[in-house]
Order: sequence, then C-alpha cells, then structure tokens
Amino acid sequence: MLVARVVGRVVATQKNEKLQGAKLLLVQPLELDGRDRGTPVLAVDGVDAGPGDRVLLVQDGKAAQQVLGRGIAAVDAAVVGVVDSVELEA
Amino acid sequence: MLLARVLGNVVATRKDAGLAGVKLLVVQPLRPDGSATGKPLVAVDSVGAGAGERVFYVRGREAAFPFLPAEVPTDAAIVGIVDQVSD
Repeated sequence: MLVARVVGRVVATQKNEKLQGAKLLLVQPLELDGRDRGTPVLAVDGVDAGPGDRVLLVQDGKAAQQVLGRGIAAVDAAVVGVVDSVELEA
Repeated sequence: MLLARVLGNVVATRKDAGLAGVKLLVVQPLRPDGSATGKPLVAVDSVGAGAGERVFYVRGREAAFPFLPAEVPTDAAIVGIVDQVSD
C-alpha cells in the first residue's frame, strides 16, 4: 500500500456496469516526505474520502474488488483508509 | 518476497472494515547487504513486527493469505522477522 493524497473525483456517466454508482477518486501517491510519487491513479473509494485527504492506496485487483463489494469487477486500486499520522522511528 | 526494514507505522482510524485491528507498518525494501533499494511502502503486519526490525514481506494477492478466512484488502504483508541471513 502507498500513502496518497486525494486530488479529485472522477465522474463517468458511461462505464462498465459493475462500476455503476461506485465512487472513483483520483489519488496522487506520495513519498514519505509528502512529495509526489509517480502518476495519479484512479481508485475505488471504500472509506468516503474527499479531496485533500491523505489516504491509504491499495493496488491489487482482488483487494479493490473486495472494497467494491460486487464480486468480480474490472478494478485494480482502492482507497482503504484515511491516514491520521505516519510515525517514523528516527 | 523481499527483505525490508520497518521504519514506523501508519495510524488510520477510518479504514475499510477488513483492516480493523490490523497493524500498518512502513517498510523500506533492502538488499541482502542491508542497504536500501527502491522506495518505502505500507504493509500489513502478520507476525508482530515493529520499528527497526528486519523483516520479509510478500506482495500481491498473497499478502491477504495470512489472515484467511478473514479478507484483508492489502497488496503487501510482512510475513517474517529475519533472525539471520548467512552465506
């Protein structure tokens, strides 16, 4: 999993039927120091996150399907937590 | 599976129900000589690991297997604490 920041919400009227009604977020993976890490990805939202939230991003198909809760579905990423803090040992 | 060092932990009060009670740790992948390789990531803990320890972790769907029959939505899991690596 990666720590990421929610940078947007994606609306798509026309989409795969398994995705109907699913909330899709655009999330930017982050380095531990908060800098951007790679390219933003679309993820199913499992925790009602919103723009600006620091979240946990899981990038695995089965995990994302589990979050979506509709059996087999064409998803590969999900937001599974809202990060309160990251505590690093010095 | 890859060697890694536990750097710390992540606190997330609001999370998917499947992650309830699961410890989230930040790990830095390591080469066998102990030097860092690649970037840190967050892994769930299945062995009681803590900050500073050298561990190994598994990626992908198999990362959920230590918790079966519970279904934990994760893509990385610590599955061992390394005592020693020898030639």
